[in-house]
Amino acid sequence: MLLAIDSSTGTSVAVVDLAGGILAEQAIDDTMSHAEVVGALLGDTLREAGVVPADLSAVACGMGPGPFTGLRIGIAAARAFAFGAGKPVVPLVSHDAVAFAWYSAGNEGDLLVETDARRKELYWSAYAGLSAAGLPVRVGGPGLARPEDVPESTGTRLEAAAVSAGALGMLAELTWAAGNDFAADEPLYLRSPDVSISSRKRVTS
Amino acid sequence: MNGVDRAAPLVLGIETSCDETGIGIVRGRSLLSNTIASSMDEHARYGGVVPEVAARAHLEALVPALTAAVAEAGITLDELDAIAVTSGPGLSGALMVGVGAAKALSVALDKPIYAVNHLVGHVGADILDESGTPFEYPTIALLVSGGHTSLLLVRDLVSDVELLGETIDDAAGEAFDKVARLLGLPYPGGPEIDRLAAVGNQTAIRFPRGLTHPKDMAKHRYDFSFSGLKTSVARWVEKQQDLGNEVPVADVAASFREAVADVLLTKAIAACADHGVPRLLLGGGVVANARVRELAAERAAAAGVALRIPPLSLCTDNGAMIAELGAQLIMAGHAPSTLDFPADSTLPVTEIQVH
Ligand SMILES: [Zn+2]
Repeated sequence: MLLAIDSSTGTSVAVVDLAGGILAEQAIDDTMSHAEVVGALLGDTLREAGVVPADLSAVACGMGPGPFTGLRIGIAAARAFAFGAGKPVVPLVSHDAVAFAWYSAGNEGDLLVETDARRKELYWSAYAGLSAAGLPVRVGGPGLARPEDVPESTGTRLEAAAVSAGALGMLAELTWAAGNDFAADEPLYLRSPDVSISSRKRVTS
Repeated sequence: MNGVDRAAPLVLGIETSCDETGIGIVRGRSLLSNTIASSMDEHARYGGVVPEVAARAHLEALVPALTAAVAEAGITLDELDAIAVTSGPGLSGALMVGVGAAKALSVALDKPIYAVNHLVGHVGADILDESGTPFEYPTIALLVSGGHTSLLLVRDLVSDVELLGETIDDAAGEAFDKVARLLGLPYPGGPEIDRLAAVGNQTAIRFPRGLTHPKDMAKHRYDFSFSGLKTSVARWVEKQQDLGNEVPVADVAASFREAVADVLLTKAIAACADHGVPRLLLGGGVVANARVRELAAERAAAAGVALRIPPLSLCTDNGAMIAELGAQLIMAGHAPSTLDFPADSTLPVTEIQVH
């Protein structure tokens, strides 16, 4: 049984189980309130699932790509929760959850997942169906590009407004069951920090 | 609040308002761990704290710091009575890392959470100073760092803190960084200026003391301004360069430092006199400045004001002061915060706890 958290778009929290599926899932789509809502979402979702932290095997965490301020809050929450509960974090690429949900709904073929990166740019990942283990096969990305520079896709372009922690958690369960590797345990910001390096300007001309 | 030890609560505090990831653990008035991971080195090449760089560093430092703090304190997480966290003021993206983590930890451990004010935390740090009996209230508190320059009247730590004045532009620590940069010194500027000033003449150049003219004192009696001082230093240095003179950097550093220390202490001692409060508490990283400490001791003694300066590790931003403020709130019987509080970059000092 896993707790899953993703804040690469809005804030989504779920409790999932390989056999039982998604036991509870709650999300707030607002992309500006992650820090406010993440605590109550965690508490409420666990309560709804009737699960206590000791019941969990791990905490699944969407590592993005996503706008950094919000993305970081979900990762901070996942890591702190896992620390408190004495469980490992299993990191995943957030787009993989979108692809997993899409293929699991019976869709087939190539898929290009896009999410809003703000500043007139998109995060994108390309997929070519499910593996034998039922895991989405990512063939490109995750990347960051202006809309006109996102790679052409012969398949479906899916602009996702939200990433489901339920899908993320189920993907983590299947990845675990298949013995596959998880993603790297680092946030996929895909952008360097904005820095304004002040020059040593004269104040008198 | 069942099972919470009201007499000596065991509290873990999380502080991420600027560039220090602070995890502190206290039991009542006793300090068990004050673990700090700083991203200062990552900001050096920019000459100041870069908010996004700080926020990224908090996320990476968080769990290692938590692990180290719990190990140092020799406690287990289930023994904790509560979690405390800085809700503000500070850098918004940085604050959010601590707030998100603290809420998740609170849920994972099923422990109450206290969202507290960073500035009031600086005042609370004094309680953890084992070098003497903590101040009784009321006290005047002068908090000076790279992020704030505030003068407070603290009548009661958990229920009555008044903001007397604050900087209307740069924080004093920021002014040190900016002047250091224009003198070609590395970041952070405070220690560099302090080092140079030790061999300079502090009366060589009379730099302006911001907001001390009678016309300013009417409206800004306890407020500070350092951007004019910084500009004045820049003008003076540029003039020397234009004249082909070598810039006497030690004298500039000493004279600048004197101007900052003078205005800080003049206003702080005035606040003590005006409010009939014979106690002054210093906090914030600028307390590391030798001249600020020296002048504080001189002026306080002359005015009959008792002075307290906690050790530097409790003056710079840290999680122990946040844990202690949480502990004080519990000891005073205050209810925990809900899980819905925000990270508030401009949280006023009168909001000691955010519900
Ligand atoms: Zn501070």
